[in-house]
Amino acid sequence: MTFEQALPDIFLLLMAISVFLYAMLDGFDLGVGLLLPHDNKEFRNRMIASIGPFWDANETWLVLAIGILLIAFPQAYSMVLKELYIPALFLLIGLILRGVAFDFRAKAVTKFSSLWDKTFTTGSCMTSLAQGYMLGSYVMGFETHVSAILFSCLSAVCVTLAYASIGGAWLVLKTDGELQKLAARKARVAGWGMAVGIVSICIINPVINPLIIERWFTLPQAILLMPIPVMSFILLLINDYYLKHVPVGGDKACWLPFVCISVLFFLCLLGLAYSFYPYVIPNKLLAADAASATASLKFVFYGVAIVLPVILAYTLLSYRLFKGKTTKLEYY
Amino acid sequence: MLETFFLSRIQFALNISFHYLFPSITIALAWFLFYFKIRHDLSGHPVWMRIYRFWVKIFALSFALGVVSGITMSFQFGTNWPGFMERVGNIAGPLLGYEVLTAFFMEATFLGAMLFGMKRLPGWLHTLSTLLVAIGTSMSAFWILALNSWMQTPQGHELIDGIAYPVSWMEIIFNPSFPYRITHTLLASGLTASFLIAGVSAYRIWRGDSKKAPFIALKTAIITAAFLMPLQIIVGDLHGLNTLKHQPQKVAAMEGIWETTQGAPLLLFAIPDEKNRTNHFEVGIPDLASLILTHERKGEIKGLNEFKSEHPPVAPVFYSFRIMLGTGMLMLVISWLSCWQLLRRKVLSRGLLFALYTMTFSGWVATLSGWYVTEIGRQPYLVSGVLRVSEAVTDIAPSNVIFSLIVYASVYLFLFVAYLHTIFYMARKSIKVEEYETLDASMKQRVVDKALDKKAVPVKMLKSSFKNNKEV
Ligand code: HDD
Ligand code: HEM
Ligand code: HEM
Repeated sequence: MTFEQALPDIFLLLMAISVFLYAMLDGFDLGVGLLLPHDNKEFRNRMIASIGPFWDANETWLVLAIGILLIAFPQAYSMVLKELYIPALFLLIGLILRGVAFDFRAKAVTKFSSLWDKTFTTGSCMTSLAQGYMLGSYVMGFETHVSAILFSCLSAVCVTLAYASIGGAWLVLKTDGELQKLAARKARVAGWGMAVGIVSICIINPVINPLIIERWFTLPQAILLMPIPVMSFILLLINDYYLKHVPVGGDKACWLPFVCISVLFFLCLLGLAYSFYPYVIPNKLLAADAASATASLKFVFYGVAIVLPVILAYTLLSYRLFKGKTTKLEYY
Repeated sequence: MLETFFLSRIQFALNISFHYLFPSITIALAWFLFYFKIRHDLSGHPVWMRIYRFWVKIFALSFALGVVSGITMSFQFGTNWPGFMERVGNIAGPLLGYEVLTAFFMEATFLGAMLFGMKRLPGWLHTLSTLLVAIGTSMSAFWILALNSWMQTPQGHELIDGIAYPVSWMEIIFNPSFPYRITHTLLASGLTASFLIAGVSAYRIWRGDSKKAPFIALKTAIITAAFLMPLQIIVGDLHGLNTLKHQPQKVAAMEGIWETTQGAPLLLFAIPDEKNRTNHFEVGIPDLASLILTHERKGEIKGLNEFKSEHPPVAPVFYSFRIMLGTGMLMLVISWLSCWQLLRRKVLSRGLLFALYTMTFSGWVATLSGWYVTEIGRQPYLVSGVLRVSEAVTDIAPSNVIFSLIVYASVYLFLFVAYLHTIFYMARKSIKVEEYETLDASMKQRVVDKALDKKAVPVKMLKSSFKNNKEV
């Protein structure tokens, strides 16, 4: 396969990378939004401070993911957004409300500031549900019969719980004391909810989708694929065990839940990618058929090859600069 | 029945107009912040930090609004204009992609460092973050305007079965209208930010704030505006000449010229009537349009009748153009008057303070009307000569678009009001704080009382406080 022929696959991979980074990074700050307690202002301040320096850059991974879809697979881009017109609207409104509430809360008249906190939670909730719904709908190939819609709703709930659980894990990492304990409790509940969701999706999806059965349940693939569900299960258990014992003596390994959930996300994405490759839209559109002109892909590829490592480097730098526990809200 | 086509256009115009309000501020405000920060680093004087801290808050708010409405923009092409990406995606995609790669990530990451790292980061790193954010916003403008200019004056591509394929990226990016458009737009942003800073600072002073910070910010902004405005007129003129060469039908609509004429008048006012293809109530200066556009008194300008059914709707282009020019002239007069007063008398009269306050958002008016000229003047094409707007539209049901349009309109209206309210709330709040650091004891209490009363301090007292105030 020449470089030119490989370009659609390369862009598929890039898209998967940015979707994964998005789910992990914006996942945790959406999750923090979902978990804001309505009765404790000090906790809210600290929770928001813990995502303050990061949320904007995290959200940019979504812009990149949608951008790659647009650049590399324009036909798929218009098909997805046309079919999901209304869910996309809710996604965007959710993102808008969340993004601005974050800033307004710090500057508004005091009497409005808890209203903005509510807006923040509402926006996070709308965004997560809409993303989950869109994912479900995409997996179902945009079918609109009742079972497909129910499946999308299930996926909406599952994604929301997943974000809540990674949000909780982030707070375990970035906070301490009572807040950390609260976060661990909430993350546990969300984690179990997510586990139930993932299992049901894994059962329902093959029932509806014959392609999946063929991919997952024939030998020898079935055996080779075993590590994915097994590892997921183990990760969930470790996560739950750790969260149950928070704070672990001297706050040892407070990063563990976050890492567990991130790896879990990665495995889910891997499973999804395995199920549908080489389609960009399941059963409808092949990546190679939907790809843009080679000259355009090449032009962007060079840019990505140079710039993406730089982006990753300064992203890491920013996480390093703001490492450690968030103690108090320190606005500019 | 409203059609999807019409509704999608309204929705696109609403979204991009709302989005652009914020970049038009942030692009230049970021450079102002960098200037304030550098002045602070060089002089160590706390007043620069105070200015920085006040404006960085407004910057953050504007930036957040720009980001969230920008994300909506990147979904818009797919939801409502699928034909755009399918037909010219090979060109538009990479340009948008480079914007994400070279600008968005950099802005967003270093904004975090800039806002939350004031205490945590070493000073130089914080200043560097501010610089990188400023570079990032300007890079955004570079790529998106390259795309927009290519849509106005496309070149460097070939068409195969109606689909555009890139041939030369240099030609695509540096298309004929690009140098003019980017210069004119960056200057516009400079003016928008200057008038914002001047307006809010004038408001603070007018409401009785006698500290140094708003006064210095005001001075910086006014001097900048007074420099930029003449440049903008020159660049605008060159931009117009470039448009005459590449999109003569747009210029004909801007000038309201129906028949090809030698010695066309510059119309100061008229009511274009597209049905009868003529103007009513014309007030104009003979030959001036020809003189400006061809640099000859009797130069020929092509009229709209040469481009029947291929020219844009005349009235919106004609009026928007005049609104932009009018606002520009007003900006020129006000900024020069203010400069002159500052030089002569070291303070501004209450009249001028009030004038600056009312012109806080004049940049928005000129910028948006300028864009309406540009974009509506390109109709009926989406990409001049390559793709018509009607060919790009989606085929979803109008009811969906009505719904989304209503939702966007209400959310934007709400945010717009909240934004304006918050800016002036912050301005009023800052009148009350910081007092103790900046005034001598006798002045202190009176000013605070007055500010809390929400009554303005008499000008005489203000003047004296500027002179007496030695500590910052
Ligand atoms: C503060 C904002 C501002 C001010 C004071 C002016 N402009 Fe402007 N103008 C813009 C902001 C702007 C803009 C928003 O940036 C536009 C829209 C697209 C573009 O390239 O710039 C624009 C477009 C635009 C166009 C249309 C170009 C095209 O697309 O074909 C022309 C001919 C001018 N301007 C000319 C002028 C002149 C002669 C001015 C002198 C008073 C002037 N503008 C003041
Ligand atoms: C930033 C300021 C901008 C403003 C205020 C603006 C405004 C508008 C308006 C009012 C229209 C509708 C014209 C009509 O229907 O008569 C329009 C159309 C359009 N503009 Fe812009 N525009 C801006 C920048 C851009 C940029 C940078 C791009 C390209 C990336 C762009 C792409 C389009 C497209 C695709 C349309 C087609 C939809 C339509 O014609 O309704 N615009 N714009
Ligand atoms: C159709 C056209 C446009 C699209 C699709 C678009 C898309 C976006 C997106 C996705 C963002 C958020 C970036 C982030 O996540 O940090 C953004 C922000 C920004 N955009 Fe746009 N944009 C458009 C038009 C424009 C125009 C015309 C300009 C200016 C000339 C502009 C300048 C900026 C700037 C400076 C920012 C970052 C700062 C801020 O948000 O204030 N954009 N845009």
